[in-house]
Amino acid sequence: MTRTITPDTSATAVISVEEQQFNDLIEADSRIEPRDWMPEAYRKSLVRQISQHAHSEIIGMQPESNWITRAPSLKRKAILMAKVQDEAGHGLYLYSAAQTLGATRDDMTDALIAGKARYSSIFNYPTPSWADMGSIGWLVDGAAICNQVPLCRASYGPYGRAMVRICKEESFHQRQGFEILLELMQGTDEQRQMAQDSVNRWYWPALMMFGPPDDDSPNSAQSMAWKIKRHSNDELRQRFVNMLVPQAAVLGVTLPDPDLHFNEETQQWDLGTIDWTEFHEVLAGRGPNNAQRLQRRRDAHEDGAWVREAAAAYAVKQIALKQSAGTKEMAAS
Amino acid sequence: MSNHFEADVPASGHEDEHGHVAVDVTTLDAELIEGPSLATPDVAEYALWLGDDSLILAQQLGAWISRAPELEEDVALGNVALDLIGHARSLLHYAGTATNRTEDDLAYWRTEPDFRSLHIVEQPNGDFAHTIARQFIVSHYLFELYSRLRASADETIAAIAAKAVKEVDYHRDHSTQWVLRLAQGTDESRHRMITALSDLWPYVEEIFRDDPLIDRLEGIAVRPSSLLPAFDAAIAPVLAEAELEVPRGFVASGGGRTGKHSEHLAFLLAEMQVLTRAHPGASW
Repeated sequence: MTRTITPDTSATAVISVEEQQFNDLIEADSRIEPRDWMPEAYRKSLVRQISQHAHSEIIGMQPESNWITRAPSLKRKAILMAKVQDEAGHGLYLYSAAQTLGATRDDMTDALIAGKARYSSIFNYPTPSWADMGSIGWLVDGAAICNQVPLCRASYGPYGRAMVRICKEESFHQRQGFEILLELMQGTDEQRQMAQDSVNRWYWPALMMFGPPDDDSPNSAQSMAWKIKRHSNDELRQRFVNMLVPQAAVLGVTLPDPDLHFNEETQQWDLGTIDWTEFHEVLAGRGPNNAQRLQRRRDAHEDGAWVREAAAAYAVKQIALKQSAGTKEMAAS
Repeated sequence: MSNHFEADVPASGHEDEHGHVAVDVTTLDAELIEGPSLATPDVAEYALWLGDDSLILAQQLGAWISRAPELEEDVALGNVALDLIGHARSLLHYAGTATNRTEDDLAYWRTEPDFRSLHIVEQPNGDFAHTIARQFIVSHYLFELYSRLRASADETIAAIAAKAVKEVDYHRDHSTQWVLRLAQGTDESRHRMITALSDLWPYVEEIFRDDPLIDRLEGIAVRPSSLLPAFDAAIAPVLAEAELEVPRGFVASGGGRTGKHSEHLAFLLAEMQVLTRAHPGASW
């Protein structure tokens, strides 16, 4: 008789004391910390999610940094610089959180520039106009907040804590995006056109940021059982649209979905059909800017190699100097 | 605008000692110094000199963000650029009070001959060593300048200097650390550091020239030539530790304070001003 060996997840299976403790912590909504035992799959899943999130912050700097040198007022320039700089900071905390799980920053960086790691596809769209700084803040950061606020309670401690600081900053980012669009919508005809055109381009990609529909999301169920993820993709997408509709009215922009309507029964806004073909195209690397984004990251990494090598060599020399000074001191005493 | 997803996010402050500028509008506004008085034409011209230096340098450093050798430097160069843009805004705002113009009128609607920036801040980013060499020179100069300007008889200039000096002290430290690392890191980094320093050095002399305006601002402005001994004394030990020599060679003609600029400035302004100028009268 042949037996197929499959992971046993039934309640009656014999599990180790450590695994029982892990399950108890998850069950009690408590936090798992770096030194705690954790199933290998939990660790892998977290490294995947956190590093993808970090990569998204890093690649996400590019579409906005395009406009730092051309920002139309000094105040906007300062805000945009602060925002893109925040994103670099978010990337740093997230890489650090992934490092607590045994991943190394070099490996994560190499995977990114080799095109092996994923990052949020939204950043593969171009930013041809200033209004895109508004849409990225309002729609992209807005969607990110809906996704990320529940992650502040993620079961893995370092991730949850990193997310607290990140979310605080993201909510300012969303506000500044809204404010950019508001200013444009109250401006000249050309500015209003610029804002509406940008919202038209970013609306659907922003909705796709929540990931595929629930019945087509391979990693979601396990992540929810482990309490890394707390709400389903469709649930979060719905919350986001419910939040956007009244804000769009304040702005005076039209959301580019002719089928969008209020459902009296559910008290929610029902949306039209999302064209997932485009999502899969961008995900497969055929988006408008995939190649360009990776190339710029690769260039920055390669152009900076000599600087990182210099810093490492200098640090080694400094340590050697201190040690030899220490030895001399000991010999003298 | 309210957002019900914010509710369970506790506040977290930035603790970077020289002051991280958050996107929070309140924090950004707190970055600006506005004095109670209007600038006289001479003081406005002086504020323009200093404001333009900061603005042009900030514009250059801003171009590094997302392209730096490591993430920590995206953050650090971004911080330096943000501090400088803060100084530029305060100084240009003050300069504009003399002629009823805003900081943006001055930044976006002047053409090249009306700018007053020094040639050193107009020099391109080059490789990281060039950016560091430029920053090392300018930060040391600005630190000596703002240290002295804290005692300016002009209250607004004194207040701007008092805030700026703490920030450029950090910029000075950041660039000094990198001069040491690059000069004593690898053969390649040492070679690049030496090249960068010798490429930038011709523009040092202009920084310490006394233009006639200074004679009319006794007690308000600082005589640039009087800063040179302190500048030399501050950089000497760094260069000694880095085993670098003060480059010899030509002295660039300069002339930024009278509107004679390097070829680089026009390109920089074209990029900086392009959107604003496409929409005259628009508000952003």
